[in-house]
Amino acid sequence: MTYLAKPKLLRSDAPRNAVGYTRRDYEGAISTLCAGCGHDSISAAVVQACFDLDIEPHRVAKLSGIGCSSKTPDYFLGASHGFNTTHGRMPSVLTGAALANRDLIYLGVSGDGDSASIGIAQFAHAMRRGVNMTYICENNGVYGLTKGQFSATADKGSKSKRGVVNSDTPIDLVALALQLGASYVARSFSGDKEQLIPLIKGALRHRGPAFIDVLSPCVTFNNHAGSTKSYDYVREHNDAVNRLDFILPRDKIETSYPPGSLRRIVQHDGSILHLRKLDADYDPSDRVGALLYLQERQALGEIVTGLLYVDSGAEDLHRHLNTVEKPLNQLGDAYLCPGSKALEALNASLR
Amino acid sequence: MSQVKPIESSNDFVIKFANVNGSGSASANELFARAIMRMGVPVAPRNIFPSNIQGMPTWYEMRVSAAGWLGRRGGCDLMVAMNPQTWDRDVAEIEPGGYLVYDSTKSLPRSRFREDITVLGIPLTAMCNREYTDARQRQLFKNIMYVGALTALLGIDFAVVERLVADQYRGKDKLIGANVNALRLGFDHARANLPCPIGLRVERADGVGDKIFINGNDACGLGAVYGGATVAAWYPITPSTSVIEAFSSYCRKYRTDPDNGMARYAIVQAEDELASIGMVIGAAWNGSRAFTATSGPGISLMQEFFGLAYFAEVPAVIFDVQRGGPSTGMPTRTQQSDLISCAYASHGDTKHVLLFPEDPYECFTLGAQAFDLADRLQTPVFVLLDLDIGMNDRLCRPFDWDDSRRYDRGKVMTAEMLDAGKNFGRYLDVDGDGIPWRTIPGTHPTKGAFFSRGTTRNAYAKYSEAGTDYIYNMERLRHKLETAKKLVPAPVLQPASQPTRFGAIHYGSTSPAMAEALSLLEQQGIHVDALRVRGFPFADEVIEFIHAHDEVFVVEQNESGQLRMLLLTEGEIDPKKLIRVLHYDGTPITARFIAGRIADALSARKVTPIRKQVAS
Repeated sequence: MTYLAKPKLLRSDAPRNAVGYTRRDYEGAISTLCAGCGHDSISAAVVQACFDLDIEPHRVAKLSGIGCSSKTPDYFLGASHGFNTTHGRMPSVLTGAALANRDLIYLGVSGDGDSASIGIAQFAHAMRRGVNMTYICENNGVYGLTKGQFSATADKGSKSKRGVVNSDTPIDLVALALQLGASYVARSFSGDKEQLIPLIKGALRHRGPAFIDVLSPCVTFNNHAGSTKSYDYVREHNDAVNRLDFILPRDKIETSYPPGSLRRIVQHDGSILHLRKLDADYDPSDRVGALLYLQERQALGEIVTGLLYVDSGAEDLHRHLNTVEKPLNQLGDAYLCPGSKALEALNASLR
Repeated sequence: MSQVKPIESSNDFVIKFANVNGSGSASANELFARAIMRMGVPVAPRNIFPSNIQGMPTWYEMRVSAAGWLGRRGGCDLMVAMNPQTWDRDVAEIEPGGYLVYDSTKSLPRSRFREDITVLGIPLTAMCNREYTDARQRQLFKNIMYVGALTALLGIDFAVVERLVADQYRGKDKLIGANVNALRLGFDHARANLPCPIGLRVERADGVGDKIFINGNDACGLGAVYGGATVAAWYPITPSTSVIEAFSSYCRKYRTDPDNGMARYAIVQAEDELASIGMVIGAAWNGSRAFTATSGPGISLMQEFFGLAYFAEVPAVIFDVQRGGPSTGMPTRTQQSDLISCAYASHGDTKHVLLFPEDPYECFTLGAQAFDLADRLQTPVFVLLDLDIGMNDRLCRPFDWDDSRRYDRGKVMTAEMLDAGKNFGRYLDVDGDGIPWRTIPGTHPTKGAFFSRGTTRNAYAKYSEAGTDYIYNMERLRHKLETAKKLVPAPVLQPASQPTRFGAIHYGSTSPAMAEALSLLEQQGIHVDALRVRGFPFADEVIEFIHAHDEVFVVEQNESGQLRMLLLTEGEIDPKKLIRVLHYDGTPITARFIAGRIADALSARKVTPIRKQVAS
C-alpha cells in the first residue's frame, strides 16, 4: 500500500545526473496497481525521462484526474508536488497551475475514461488553448477501478472480459489532438520503453501542448482474446512511423544513422529530436498528413505509433496572453496593487 | 384635465422609462440620472431588462430621493412611455396625479389615456425625422431629445446637462455637439409647448457629496485587482459577465507592465463553469490569487470542485451574482437564492465562507478581502451579490485603500522555514486554529512536496483510508470553520431609537430598502433593531442578537427563506422565533414591502405600541 514508505536503500555509488540526483530520487511511493499493469511501465519511463533530462524533481508539477492511470503520479517523482483532481478535470486544474507559474514543468496524467469520456471537453480545450504541458493518456480502453466497463476509446467490436461486444465508435485522442492544435502529438505502447522514453523526453522539452497516447493494456480487465488493447493485439498491429532519439543541446549530433533516414528537429529550447524514419514518406511536420496517415493505417487495422506531429516553433498560452516573464505567483504586492492614489483618481471619474 | 390634483414634489419621486431594448435608451437614461446627481440630488436607477438582445420591453426606473433612500420605492410618478408594446400597463402603473410623457407624433384615442394623470405629449419621431436623415441617428437622438425635454419639465439647469455631455464625450467633439443639439431641441420644444416646470422638480441640493456612482460588478472587478488576483477563469453568464469585463479593463489600466506592455495577470474564458473553477483551483494551488465570477447555474456546475477545494484546502474566490434559476429562469431578474447552494456546496460534509456586500463599496472592500480570507483559511470564499447591486449603478461611499496594508497570504511555508527544520504536515493542525500550513509547488528541492487529493490521506498528505485519519481531518476542518467565524466581516447593528423586543436580520442588496423601512416603521411607532449580516459562518454576535430578541424578522429575497434556514441550523434556534419576510418576484425588494409586512405581522399579534411595554 502506498501509505507504506518505500525503503530508502540507496547505494552510494548510484549514478547521478548533471543536477546531482540518482534515478531513485525520481521515484515515488510503491505502486498499488495490479502486477504487470502497463501503467507502471509508463511511470518507470517518466522516471527515466526526468532523470535523463536532468530535471530537478521539484520543478515538475504532476496532475491527474481519477482512475487507475490518475493514481500513478503518486508512484513517481515523490519530490514533486502532485494533485489528484476530479474525474476528467485535470486539464483545467493544470491550466490554472500553468498560468500561476510558467517556470515549472507540467505533467498531466490521465486515462482513456478520464480523457475521452467524462473529460473530453477539458482535453479538447486544453489542447486548443496551447497549454504548455506534457499530457499522457494511459489508454487501456477500459474502466479498471469500477471493474471493466468499456471506455470511449474501446474499439468497435472489441470484447469485454464478460463477453460484451462494444458497438460504439471509438474516439481516437491522437486524431483529436492533431485536429485541435496540439503541437506535439505521439502514440506509444507501455511495453515499448525504447520508443516511449524518448517520446516523453521530447514532450517534456516541448513548449506547448504535447500529447502522448500510450496504449497500456489492463492485465486484469482488458488483456484477453477479443480485446484490441491487449499486449498481444497491440504488438501484432503496431506500425511505428519513426524511432525517436532525444538529444539535449549539449550533446553532439548523432551520426550513427545513414543520411536520408534521419530527420532532425530543433525545439524552442535548443533540444533536438532525431526521428529515425521507418517509413520513408512520413513527415512529422505535416499536421494534415499526420491525420491522413493515421486514418489510412487505422482503416487497415494498424495502430500507428511514434511521433506523429511536432511543431517546434509553437506558441503557448502564456505567449497568447502576453503574460510577464516572472511567474504570476511570485509578483509582490507592489506589482499587483495600484494603491490609494490610483483609487482617488478613479473615484473622481465616477462622480 | 385631471380630476386628481397633480403630484407636487421636489427632489423626491420616481421616474420610469419604458423602452424597447437595443434602442440605445440605456445610455440616454443613464445620462439623465447623472444630470440629477450633478444637481446634488441622490438618484438610484434600476434597469429592468429582458434576457434578449433587441426588441423586447425594458424599463429604467429612477428613484430620486433628497433623503438619500437608494432602495426601490415602488410606484411611478412620471412615466416616459416610449414602448407601444407595453403602453397599457405602463399607463396603468402611474400613481394617481402622476405624469405621462409620450411620443405624440401619432395621435392616440382618448381611451388610451387616464383622466387622473397629466399627459405631456412631445412629437419626438416627427422632430427627429425633420432633423436627421440617418435611421440610426433618428433612433438614438430620439432618446437624447426626451432627456432634453425632461430637463425642462423638471426644471433642471440646462448647463448642468450640457457640461455632463462634455465630460462624458471628452475628446470626441463631434459627439458633444450632436448630443447637445438634440438635448437643446427637446429642451426648447418642452419650454415652448408644455407647462415647465411640472409638479415634480429637481432643485439644487447637497445630498451627493463625494459619493461615487458605480455598479457592483465593476466594483468586484476592481476589488479583485486590489485584492491581488492574478488569474481569472470564467464562463459568460448573466448577470455576472461584467465582473470579468471590469477586471480585464482595470487590469489593462493598472497591471500592464510599463516597461514592456506585458500583462501581470491572466484571464481565460473557459469552455464551461467546471473548467473555470478548475483553473481557479489549479492557479490557487500553485500560489496565485485566483477567482471566477458566475451565477446560480454556474454554482450548480461547480459543486464537485468546491468540495475538492474545501477538502484539499485550496484558496479560491467566487463572485456569485445571484439571479433566478435554473436554465432560462429569470437571468435578468434579481434574487438572493444561492445561499444554501453555496453555504454547503458539494458532496460530503462541507461548509463554506460567504460574504454579503450591501453595495458597490462593499463589493470592492469585501471583494478584495475575500482573497486574504481565502489564503488565510485555505478554502473557497464566496462573495454573494445579486443583480440589483451587480448590474445597477449605485451611489456609494468612495473607494479607499490603506497603502500600508499587505496581502495576508496565510500560512505558506517557505524554503527557509523548511530548511530550519519546521515540521511540515500538510493537514496537521500545529497552531490550534484548525488551519494547516501549505507549501507552493517548486518551493524546495527535497522538502515540503505533497500530493493533493480529496480526503483519502492522513495529516501528512500520505494516502490513507483509515477512519481515524478521516475523523481527525473532519474535526480539524470543523475547528477551522470556527476560526472563520472570527475572521469574516462582523455584522452591522442598526439599533432602534428605543429598546425593543423585535429584531430584523437582513443582508446584501436589501440594505437600502431595509434602512428606509425602519424609518417608515419608526414613524408608525414600531421599533425594530436591525442587524445586517455580512459573513458566514455566522459571527457569534449574530446568534446573540437573535437570543436578545423575542422575535426576529428575517428579510430576504428568495422564496424559501434561505438565510433563515442557515440561522436555524447553525444557531440551533427555535423556528418560531424567526419570522420570514420574503420578496421573490424578481424585482428588488422595496421599503414599502418590508415595512408593510413587519407592521402587519406585529398588528396580527395585537402588539400594543412597544414603547409602553418597554417602559414598564
